Amino acid sequence: MSWVLDHPLTVLTFLPFAGALIIAFCRRDAATLIRWISLVVSLLAFALALKVFLDFSPNQPGMQFVEHRPWIASPPISYHLGIDGLSVLLILLTAFLTVLGVLASWTSITSRVKEFFLFLLTLETGMIGVFVSLDLFLFFIFWEAMLIPMYFLIGVWGHERRVYAAMKFILYTMTGSALMLVGILYLYSVTGTFDFETIERQLAGSVHALSGTAQVWLFLAFFVAFAIKVPMFPFHTWLPDAHVEAPTAGSVILAGVLLKMGTYGMLRFCLPLFPQASREFAPFISVLAIVGIIYGSLVAMVQPDVKKLVAYSSVAHLGFVVLGIFTFTMSGIEGAIYQMCSHGVSTGALFILVGMLYERRHTRLIKEFGGLATTLPVYSTFFMIVVLSSLGLPMLNGFVGEFLIIVGAFHARPLFGALAALGVVLSAVYLLWMYQRVFFGEVTNEKNRNLPDCTGREKIILVAVVLVILWMGIYPQPFLRRLDLGVAQVIHRIEQGPPSFALKKPFLHAERTR
Amino acid sequence: MITVQASDLVRILPQTILAGFAILVMMFEPFLPAGRKTLLGWFSLFGVIAAGAAAIRTSFSPGLAFGGSVAADRFGLFFICLFLLVAALTLLGSFNYLERENINHGEFYALLLMGTVGMCFMATSTELVMIFLGLEISSLATYVLAGFKRHDPLSNEASLKYFLLGSFATAFFLYGIAFVYGLTGTTNLLVLSERLAKASSWSPLAWVALILMFVGLAFKVSTVPFHVWTPDVYQGAPAPVTAFLSVGPKAAAFAIFLRIFLGAFASAGSIVFWIIWVSALLTMCLGNLAALLQSNVKRLLAYSAIAHAGYVLVGIAAGPKEGTATVLFYLAVYALMNVGAFVLVAHLTGTGERWTRIEDFAGLGYERPGVAACLAVFMLSLAGFPTTAGFFAKFYIFRAAIHSHLIGLTIVALLTSVISVYYYFRLIVVMYMREGKTQASSGPLPWALRVALAVSVVGIFYLGLYPSDFLLLTNLAALPLP
Repeated sequence: MSWVLDHPLTVLTFLPFAGALIIAFCRRDAATLIRWISLVVSLLAFALALKVFLDFSPNQPGMQFVEHRPWIASPPISYHLGIDGLSVLLILLTAFLTVLGVLASWTSITSRVKEFFLFLLTLETGMIGVFVSLDLFLFFIFWEAMLIPMYFLIGVWGHERRVYAAMKFILYTMTGSALMLVGILYLYSVTGTFDFETIERQLAGSVHALSGTAQVWLFLAFFVAFAIKVPMFPFHTWLPDAHVEAPTAGSVILAGVLLKMGTYGMLRFCLPLFPQASREFAPFISVLAIVGIIYGSLVAMVQPDVKKLVAYSSVAHLGFVVLGIFTFTMSGIEGAIYQMCSHGVSTGALFILVGMLYERRHTRLIKEFGGLATTLPVYSTFFMIVVLSSLGLPMLNGFVGEFLIIVGAFHARPLFGALAALGVVLSAVYLLWMYQRVFFGEVTNEKNRNLPDCTGREKIILVAVVLVILWMGIYPQPFLRRLDLGVAQVIHRIEQGPPSFALKKPFLHAERTR
Repeated sequence: MITVQASDLVRILPQTILAGFAILVMMFEPFLPAGRKTLLGWFSLFGVIAAGAAAIRTSFSPGLAFGGSVAADRFGLFFICLFLLVAALTLLGSFNYLERENINHGEFYALLLMGTVGMCFMATSTELVMIFLGLEISSLATYVLAGFKRHDPLSNEASLKYFLLGSFATAFFLYGIAFVYGLTGTTNLLVLSERLAKASSWSPLAWVALILMFVGLAFKVSTVPFHVWTPDVYQGAPAPVTAFLSVGPKAAAFAIFLRIFLGAFASAGSIVFWIIWVSALLTMCLGNLAALLQSNVKRLLAYSAIAHAGYVLVGIAAGPKEGTATVLFYLAVYALMNVGAFVLVAHLTGTGERWTRIEDFAGLGYERPGVAACLAVFMLSLAGFPTTAGFFAKFYIFRAAIHSHLIGLTIVALLTSVISVYYYFRLIVVMYMREGKTQASSGPLPWALRVALAVSVVGIFYLGLYPSDFLLLTNLAALPLP
């Protein structure tokens, strides 16, 4: 028992996988048993994540709960785990959303139940592994390994075009990871190690400092891999397909956690390892992020399918996150991390709500609905709260992150702040317009007349989500406090060293004319 | 005049034992009734294990034998062990197959053992004529094996094609040897490398010799553009034979490749490097792209085998220091996953190998979860996903390539391996995501096959999680090469 408490991250990472192994030995037709096992395992993982979150000391700089032991001798790869302010919230989010995913799949998954929950729990291991790895190689292994369960979740339990969507998802991500692997190998050939903290120290020192060109290429190799995952405009085209075709739990995890791996990667690797290149590219990236915000919102506005609308809203929301990260300000980055979590909760909840509607009507087209508020009052109320949280109403979770990001953006460049604020308005437009068409007015379609309202299980899910939404909106301090030191460290790294080669000589210009 | 000493005999002990068992199999064959021929298979398996024990004995007295024409060095012994593993897995996978196809004759086992003997000599010889003899022994055995389903036209076609193009290739190789001998007066690789290094300038004929030998070997390892025979032969040959063909002779030819081009012809310098570079590029691109279009599982695996030869060439291009060890690692991993995949496919395709289309595997994931999981593991490993051995095999090659500043080639290799994900996953898609009554499900797995699969899968995961010990071993094995 004490071993468990001494190695919370290892246990947290592999507990879901152990659950998956137990499920592997269950009988195929014992569906109820399998559901309960997954629920218990995911709840245990959530409890442990909560304990880690509470034990995480906001005043201690550097990594916490560190575990470090050698794994492979050549190349020197170690099993190095640890969390800091950048990752602590994301672990909690992952564990929370997995519980929701299990609950949301309780009745909607009827075929191949065993395999579904097996993959869902394996996926959780991969996701947590990505967030706790401090060895580039270990990180890469989790990053890749996590693709396989997600691929199966989309491809087996998805909707009509699932195979296409799954293949597109995996090929996009693999292309990015191939580039990242080259980057990791190059870093290894320069520094002789895969250990993140050692590499960071060495690159910060003068001995192994990278040349400008090398830094730019490495930054791009990592950044493109993460940008595909986020996904940033113009790499976003896999997202609508994957989100729409995935089963509800798959969409929740995709939107809630997988997209955050991209932004987390930028924060964890791109900024601290390649500070000059990050500064160099910040304006371009910010512009792309803003294009993503506005483009995503506009496209979301005209979607006939609710699920697709939510999918495109993710492009917009993640645009905010990237914008916040590349402001290099305390409030911008903290806002970005906060926005990652609140987007995970609210978009996850939106996908669950859409899934519930789909279970009842087997369609997600907006024009099929109308006036649902009269037939499904409880469901409509929950939907309203989640919509408001997603569009950033003050006192709900979405507001805190977006506000901090916009403050940061105004600091960095007022124009960016102004354009991002426009994005907030647009999100209100597409979400409320959708809400109005689906829930208000007369019941226009007879099929909607006698739909059953939320069941007990659904109410449990939604109440849990709403509680989190309210807590994150009203009292964000316990969350934000834990981010401070981690974020401060990243900003310190960014501001360290030569101001920027751009100030002395316009770097990109020099590259082009060479 | 060479006098044979006891140590000489010890140094070719594994080969001798294998050859002895092959002859014994032929002698016993007429005395066994038709239904009992599998006994000969088990006997051959025992022979392979005995040869493995002999290889361990040989490793205690390394050195040259027979006047420097055979080298029982770590490099050669590594390959011998690899070939014995391949032969053992193939044997385990072929018992029921032969029974099912009604071709359970003792000759199969004898030829398999003789082929292995030839490959062992290819890997251990340090003398060109000796290498050629090994090449011929293994080739003749495999020509016959490819046509072992005598009543199947496809199998006959495969055998004929393999024979004609293979003879061409060995003729090229032999012609190259003749030139080398004419120019330098020696066929011993060590002497040759000294003489070539001393030569102030290379005569054009030396280049001709080099190119001829390269072409001969390129046929054997099926690099582009000398690969055209591969898909037809792999498709037509009996599936367990394909398992053997796709790994054994290929690895043996790579062993010669390393000995000749990184050893004897090392002084040729950048020309050899560029030839390898270009063929690596072509092989990776064409192999992977052509595999995208295949609808037959055996052809798909054939093109994948071509593509993998391309990755091995990247390792060779990375140079003798780090590259050789990674090539050995790659070949071993490749042996595990490819033999595993082919013997499993051999079982699944049913009597007469009817179900070889990819679509025939639809729904397999739910009807035969264990079998499908094994096949999925092989596919994931071939595609190079982490936690499987295929990942580290590729990873070490790429690391060596980046160390040698082959950035461009590495990026191409990485991108083509992303492409490869598409076709390997097609099989997984069909098995798990396509509804349907699976055609390819022929009864329970025989337990000999289970052993073969268990060895491959466990090996794949072991090397995927703890690769470093084995890498050390391959580093040791690569030492004897300059």
